[in-house]
Amino acid sequence: MQREVMFAGFGGQGILFSAKILAEAALQEGHEVVWIPSYGPEMRGGTAYCMVVVSDRPIASPIVSNPLHLVAMNRPSLDKFAPVVKPGGVIMINSSLIQIDSGRKDVDEIKVPVTDIANEIGSIKAANIVALGAFVARSRMVDFEILKKCVKDEFLSKEKLIALNMQALESGRLAALNQ
Amino acid sequence: MGKILMKGNEAIGEAAIRAGCLNYFAYPITPQSEVSEYLSHRMPEAGGVFLQGESEVAVGYMVFGAAACGERVFTTSSSPGISLMSEAISYIAGAQCPAVFVNIMRGGPGLGGILPSQADYFQATKGGGHGDYRLLVMAPASVQEAVEMVMTAFPLAEKYRNPVMILGDGLIGQMMEPVEFPEHLKAEPSNKDDWATNGMDTRKSTKKNIVKSLFLDPVVLNQNNLTLKEKYNRMKREDVMWESYNTDDEYKLLIVSYGTMSRVCKTAVDNMKEEGIEVGMIRPKTLFPFPEKAVFEAASKNSCKMVLSIEMSMGQMVEDVERCIHGKRPVEWYGSCGGDVPTPEEIMDVVKSYL
Repeated sequence: MQREVMFAGFGGQGILFSAKILAEAALQEGHEVVWIPSYGPEMRGGTAYCMVVVSDRPIASPIVSNPLHLVAMNRPSLDKFAPVVKPGGVIMINSSLIQIDSGRKDVDEIKVPVTDIANEIGSIKAANIVALGAFVARSRMVDFEILKKCVKDEFLSKEKLIALNMQALESGRLAALNQ
Repeated sequence: MGKILMKGNEAIGEAAIRAGCLNYFAYPITPQSEVSEYLSHRMPEAGGVFLQGESEVAVGYMVFGAAACGERVFTTSSSPGISLMSEAISYIAGAQCPAVFVNIMRGGPGLGGILPSQADYFQATKGGGHGDYRLLVMAPASVQEAVEMVMTAFPLAEKYRNPVMILGDGLIGQMMEPVEFPEHLKAEPSNKDDWATNGMDTRKSTKKNIVKSLFLDPVVLNQNNLTLKEKYNRMKREDVMWESYNTDDEYKLLIVSYGTMSRVCKTAVDNMKEEGIEVGMIRPKTLFPFPEKAVFEAASKNSCKMVLSIEMSMGQMVEDVERCIHGKRPVEWYGSCGGDVPTPEEIMDVVKSYL
């Protein structure tokens, strides 16, 4: 079975990074995985998106027109990708920055104020990890314990940030489960 | 060791080191800059040389210099940069030196764009620089295959004393996939004492080796070109690589596609199979030497009515496909080269429009 998720938002929101952690977790679970960034001439504040494809079999096309899930960190991302998400997928909306919903009735939509949550726990920069926690808790795309380990591993060289990011991940998980 | 998640560009850099190459010269250009970024710290760490040249023209000749001295050497660039290196590539081929060039293609012509493309097929397989020379060209379709092709490229370059090119595209460079570096592909250093200017003391010889591409005597120059031609013929005999996909069934249409594009085509082939439509595919892994016989035989199958060359260019490989089918089947082209990689759905629509 193949599953895909599109992470999308502003450049600088850590889109590529959180997608990479998810890809790493899927690899550690023993899956095939592809991580595909958008690498157009983007800059901080421009658009950034990144697709992660996870499968039990070798992945043929890395190009996927209709991802199963979407993590939308800002309004343009939701406008652009919500219509192409497969029925039955999860659409996670960053409700701190997005005031509307996806308009889709055939998906599992959750609204999590990830930017506000990140601010409350100490750093707006952790919004991507809050989103990752919320998304994985809802979609169960990878095992949450493996994801935790991968977040920790990513911050091994910046030990001060481990506690913050573990809290971010957990806050995201709780916010998603309380919906 | 298990597989690790690596970006194509970084994996290419690591693969060269694992293959025993400790000389890297380059000039940054999107979408391959991460190779240089990675090797700027990794190459010195491995005890090798990392040098950012002042331009791709200079880099081409740095590669020539190191290769002439018998050193294993490689560089990476993207389309416009390869154009600038093409003069040196011609000289290196004329002087019969081994070297590896990686082209992570972007859209052209001119500065074009920075997104994936396969529009340098002609440049890679038919010349690029001047004179009668060929490159052995390998086209990876995944990060793992890019690793294996880079590691294989060095012994092949040394076998033929000829430049080898890895022709990838922006997506191969930019995406991350799980990779491993097969220990058995680590190439032992080859003996270059017969020809390299590696120092008469080093090789304990009184024979002077001269590396050059200038042969003013027409008889001698002709002989050099005959020697090159024999090498290219030998590549055609010994080092053609391809993959056949879904060619056992009774397909009406045969796709020929390589690199990233071939992966999209594979998904299209799989999806159509589920719908009961059989489509065969040949994926050239070497673009020169081209898998002429494999394409001809797959196209000649009784059930096969036509051949479709699908590439991210405006129709380049299609000329090689036509050439090796000898008019036996109609050949059509489909592709795009602005940077948007065609989707599996798009390929399915195109294939179905011919059935």
